[in-house]
Amino acid sequence: MNIEDYHGVWVFLEHKSGSIVPVSLELLGAGRRLADKRGVSLAGILIGDGVKPLAEHAIAYGADCVYVYDAPIFKYYRTESYMKAIIAGCQKYKPEIFLYGGTSTGKDLASAVATDLATGLTADTTMLDVDAETGLLEASRPAFGGNIMATILCKKDRPQMATVRPKVVKALEPDYSRAGEIMEEPVELREEEIRTKVLDIVRFAVQRIRLDEADIIVAGGKGLGGKAGFEMIREFANTIGASVGASRDAVEAGWIEHHAQVGQTGVTVTPKIYFAIGISGAIQHLVGMQNSGLIIAINQDPNASIFQACHYGIVGDAFQIVPLLTQAFQQALGKEVEYG
Amino acid sequence: MAEKFDVIVVGAGPAGTACAYTLAKNNVSVLLLERGEYPGSKNVMGGVLYRKMMEDIIPGFYKEAPIERPIVEQRFMMLDKESAATFSYKGMEWGKEPYNNFTVLRAKFDQWFADKAVEQGAVLVNETVALACIVENGRVVGVRTDRPEGDIYANVVVLADGVNSLLAKSLGFHKEFKPDEVALAVMEVLKLDKRIIEDRFNLEGDQGCTIEIFGDSTKGILGTAWLYTNKDSLNIGVGTMLSGLIKHKLKPYELLEYVKTHPMIRPYLQGTDQQEYLAHLIPEGGYRSMPRIVGDGVLVVGDAAQLVNAIHREGSNMAMTSGVVAAETIIEAIAAGDFTEKTLDVYKRRLLDSFVGEDLKKYKDATHHFEKYPHYFEQYIPMLNRAASQMFTVDGTSKREKQRKIWQGIGTAGEKMKIARDLFQAWRVMK
Amino acid sequence: MLHIVACIKQVPDTKIIKMNPKTNTMDRSSAPAILNPYDAHAVEEAVRLKARYGGKVSVVTMGPPPAVKAIRKCIEIGADEGYLITDRAFAGADTLATSYSLTKALEKIGTLHPIDLIICGKMTIDGDTGQVGPGIARRLDIPPLTSVNKVVELEQEAGIAIVHRKLEDGYEVIQTSLPCLLSVEKEINEIPYSTLPNMLRAARYQPVVWSVDDLGDVDRTLLGLKGSPTIVAKVWPPEKPKGGEMLQGTSEEQVQRLFSILMERKTLFRDVGMRKGGGPQ
Repeated sequence: MNIEDYHGVWVFLEHKSGSIVPVSLELLGAGRRLADKRGVSLAGILIGDGVKPLAEHAIAYGADCVYVYDAPIFKYYRTESYMKAIIAGCQKYKPEIFLYGGTSTGKDLASAVATDLATGLTADTTMLDVDAETGLLEASRPAFGGNIMATILCKKDRPQMATVRPKVVKALEPDYSRAGEIMEEPVELREEEIRTKVLDIVRFAVQRIRLDEADIIVAGGKGLGGKAGFEMIREFANTIGASVGASRDAVEAGWIEHHAQVGQTGVTVTPKIYFAIGISGAIQHLVGMQNSGLIIAINQDPNASIFQACHYGIVGDAFQIVPLLTQAFQQALGKEVEYG
Repeated sequence: MAEKFDVIVVGAGPAGTACAYTLAKNNVSVLLLERGEYPGSKNVMGGVLYRKMMEDIIPGFYKEAPIERPIVEQRFMMLDKESAATFSYKGMEWGKEPYNNFTVLRAKFDQWFADKAVEQGAVLVNETVALACIVENGRVVGVRTDRPEGDIYANVVVLADGVNSLLAKSLGFHKEFKPDEVALAVMEVLKLDKRIIEDRFNLEGDQGCTIEIFGDSTKGILGTAWLYTNKDSLNIGVGTMLSGLIKHKLKPYELLEYVKTHPMIRPYLQGTDQQEYLAHLIPEGGYRSMPRIVGDGVLVVGDAAQLVNAIHREGSNMAMTSGVVAAETIIEAIAAGDFTEKTLDVYKRRLLDSFVGEDLKKYKDATHHFEKYPHYFEQYIPMLNRAASQMFTVDGTSKREKQRKIWQGIGTAGEKMKIARDLFQAWRVMK
Repeated sequence: MLHIVACIKQVPDTKIIKMNPKTNTMDRSSAPAILNPYDAHAVEEAVRLKARYGGKVSVVTMGPPPAVKAIRKCIEIGADEGYLITDRAFAGADTLATSYSLTKALEKIGTLHPIDLIICGKMTIDGDTGQVGPGIARRLDIPPLTSVNKVVELEQEAGIAIVHRKLEDGYEVIQTSLPCLLSVEKEINEIPYSTLPNMLRAARYQPVVWSVDDLGDVDRTLLGLKGSPTIVAKVWPPEKPKGGEMLQGTSEEQVQRLFSILMERKTLFRDVGMRKGGGPQ
């Protein structure tokens, strides 16, 4: 491999229900910065069935060019089919950097692609930079459960690949006057080559607000002592229109469902307000919420490390504080309605 | 069909492992049951390991065992409110093979020791709680564990399940301890840079130091405090009789906090980070409260048999001896094909004839003596400190004059006689 | 007979591990080595499938000799056999080199007893990548399926597996061909308390141990540090937050103060009040 042959930054454009997912737009912002620093172009790669119209959004968000693989075979995400499109693109255009959103799809796809291309892949990156001279991608991520940060390099192989955690970089303001190229790529893949079929997609009836999109999160931890504690914070959350999150300990104790888990092995969240109630603040929790706008911690233990990470802290019994707070909001929000 | 071993040992602490090791080495099939994640996992603390007993089991063990530091200096500190009189012995002969004793971290050492037993052929099963002995016709024939399909059988069951031995209790061997039979030890491991430890305690290389602290460290309650050096941590703790804590309405951690902030102790601890905290019951009743330790098909060893020398803090030492003696007894019982109480009773006799029994007998009155006469701690240690202070303070008084003042300071002739009598009593129970 | 192999790893327990702040390295003595918790669910799923369809469960791991303990843990859960590949040449492997080594081990296991299904945990708690499973599948050229939270059916004769893949708001029903590789979510099962006979078997169990030479045709340049395209250039401690303002006083006073702080941002809450009152959308 001659790494001189590789140029440009690529972003995998993941889409869902007819729009590009937020993390891919964020990556176009990050990719723009890397490409400008390096003096190369930024491209998006869009794979799906009838997805071509999405390409203009990618350009508005910073791409110079979008490669589109549009065919019925790409109706559903399947590792085998999507992977083949990406590998074809990489072999044809030889990008030097390739970024994927750190979603389950992005991680699944990147792992398979990296193996076939025999190149380096850094998972769950939270910071990205590039050496303008060499084009070396500096991908940094928390390691060992968030106990250290590590910068990973891939010196001899291309493309340098990374999956990037959602919400760690900001998307650019879209500019629909930007010019860009949309390239429709040939698709030679046949259905018989793909061993995996999607038989059905089942969506849960109750649409809950996804934690990583919530503006306010009320999260509970081991200090809540059990399901009753979560009932209490759920009432508070309902009063102020918040979603309910949890620490790993609380999830593992079975007090609340897995999808509520915030942290290294759960969801990364950046709400405008984050309440950490009865959460001690283990490092693996902090990495998942520390970028929240306003962090309020309530804990009985004055030495809990959550108080280091919060903006405002209350040392006290959650079972006393939370009902008082709920009450205060119930009264105040009731008034708002009268005058609103 | 549930499996059957020759012997099941319940508890992989020093006593249980010493027993299992000795049995396995003699080709006896032995199952070692441990409730923790691994042996030692329930005990994050450090302690002193005496070389002699351990070496009888594994010669030259210190060449490979995870020991922290060989102890070259032992200090005894008599503490008053703002002073301390210290006696110390440091000897370089303790700094080289075969050493005298060591500091160890139990979590590491117990695991290593149990692995040694496994190497000899013992079967070690962790994370399994023995709920009860299986008793048939008045004979212990096995153990019921908390696991599915959890019954397991053996010719002899050895109970090494610690001071709170539930199994010994369920057999009616133990009654609930009285508060004056049990000491509560609270301890902390404090992280400190290896270099700083060596500077602060005047040590070279891997050498270690122990400080036993008497007097104000326990606020007049019977007990001691201690400070040990590990490789890169300190072990500080205080042990007192439960009865004393109750009487003085003191919480154990308050006492530990008091020791840690005492002006004579504080400088040793500067810049340390607390790593672990542990409270632990220690049987301190000595010879007087030793429970029944032999039955049909069952032996009790270690802390479960209340084998602790309250004065010299030699728990693991005696525990190991009891484990070995139990193993030797069982090996003979296997040869004879007889596992009745009558045959196994040899264990008790041998134990009492060994240094374990000798020591327990010798010190049997010590704990109670000091408990009954608290003025040893309340008066004599402060008196010693005053005397030392007068002796060493340079104020233009002659030494002879100082000695006279010290003698006067002790009180009237009657009081002097009482002190002499008390000291004689203490000497008698300790000697 | 159905042969299911779980790929597992022994990891330091990152939940309690402590770092040496001076050297930025892990204080390994502070964290015991455990079976990667996600892998325990992979093994449990294999054991459950064996209970349903019959067959045999093997586990394979790459690691230093003490990794035998992690294999024993799998035997406790109910695995039948364990294979440890251990060699200095494996040291320093990133995910790409790891998937190569494990693939070589799986190929060898397959020659002893053909493999129908490979199961991996979602990820390891020390690496946090989830990349090795799909990597193995690519190398063996079998379908990789990640985020699996249910195995609906295996039909060994027809060579078909039907599984559920977890989505953020539901799941996909996937049909694929056997052999395939599944990376399973923790929620796929609960691990029951192991039976005493399994504990006893595990305590005595000696796994098969292979070095690189035992694996047959291996390209040594693809192993360990040499075979790893990524390198760790630098490690540093995560930024320590400065600590917040502690609200003082009685519970009532604390709540009052917090409430007024929150009310400075009351636009965030206004919507709620409106919704509650059924006001305009």
